[in-house]
Amino acid sequence: MSGGLFAFGVFFAAVFTSNILLTNFLGMCSFLAVSREVKTSVGLGAAVIFVMTVTSVLNWLIYYYVLVPLDIVYLRYIAFIIVIAAFVQLVEMIIERVSDALYAALGIFLPLITVNCAILGASLFMVIREYTFVSSLAFGAGSGIGWALAIIAMAGIRTKLNIRSKVPYGLTGAGIALIIAGIMSLAFMGFAGMITIT
Amino acid sequence: MKSSYKYRQAFASGIGVNNPVFVQILGICSTLAVTNVLKNTVVMCAGLVFVTGLSNLTVSVLRQYIPGRVRMMVETLIIAAWVILVDIALRAYLPDISRQLGPYVGLIITNCIVMGRAEAFALSNPPGLSLVDGLASGIGYSYVLLAIAFARELLGSGSIWGFRVLGDWWVNWNLMVMAPGGFFMLALFIWVVKGSFLKEKQEAATGAGKPAQTAPAQTAPAAAGAQGGKS
Repeated sequence: MSGGLFAFGVFFAAVFTSNILLTNFLGMCSFLAVSREVKTSVGLGAAVIFVMTVTSVLNWLIYYYVLVPLDIVYLRYIAFIIVIAAFVQLVEMIIERVSDALYAALGIFLPLITVNCAILGASLFMVIREYTFVSSLAFGAGSGIGWALAIIAMAGIRTKLNIRSKVPYGLTGAGIALIIAGIMSLAFMGFAGMITIT
Repeated sequence: MKSSYKYRQAFASGIGVNNPVFVQILGICSTLAVTNVLKNTVVMCAGLVFVTGLSNLTVSVLRQYIPGRVRMMVETLIIAAWVILVDIALRAYLPDISRQLGPYVGLIITNCIVMGRAEAFALSNPPGLSLVDGLASGIGYSYVLLAIAFARELLGSGSIWGFRVLGDWWVNWNLMVMAPGGFFMLALFIWVVKGSFLKEKQEAATGAGKPAQTAPAQTAPAAAGAQGGKS
């Protein structure tokens, strides 16, 4: 398989067949806390797509051009988390200066993202699976889109759920959200046969 | 006398009334994924208890010297340092399990519980108490996940700790070892615990047992906790 085709496969797999949220449980905290309204979910989803794509690429460069040559691969956790935190901070400052509207829509979600497990998880998966540069880009973008897809769908379902449904007391809030996530995960398993790249 | 009471209270609150999984729904991200095999979960939970306890201790010892503005960054670095130790130890002594856990050991860094306890407790409490609080939160979190792992491995593979305990008559419920099983099992546990134990506490606290009114109040701390730990 050629490089470009492989990268496309990785992208598709990251969005559907091995969705980072629904099959790897990454980013659950903000997924449960912020999926009450569609609008905020779209904002957070967009922020995650952007940050995940860029940090995957940055971390790939740092890993293969700094950590591996210096033989300090064991420091990758610290390196990755610093890159993510610094990037998020930088983006927040830029957005704040450049566009008020964008800051209002996206800015408030940025601090949430620094410790979103999915961002760090995407970088770690990328290193463990030994993706090439192009594949890493595809994987970062695909994982972000997959995560956004899941949280937006979830917010839609939860909004409907609030209007007319009697949820047992013990399941209110997170419980029912987890059950919905389970059903969504089942539905996404339907894609599983289409592509087998992990 | 009074201080020993405080220690005991810090311990009990992490395990019971303030259990991070049931009450605050925090930190399930990184560990839920490995609950399909009991052995991996035990290793992962041991690592997590170690990291929560010691990072709480470290943050508490250094709390006078950490500048307020960069405290999140400092906390993250402290946590990352402990996680690296766990990762290296696992790779040296349990290479097979380390390979199976893959990226999830590293993801303890972004586990909201570790950060949440450092932010909410260790920054304003003395080291000894912080260590107890960290260990208790870690243990409170672990026993929930161990219970989930136990159920998932038993139903999904018919085995416990890798040994087949259900006989040949048992047809493996494959869904349980896959991702949806994890979601359903956790939801089930939350349902049972919240529906039977926490309900009385909630009713006693508010004086009214109306689920419709107590429900938003119940979920608000989860959101506030998650955001408070991150902002």
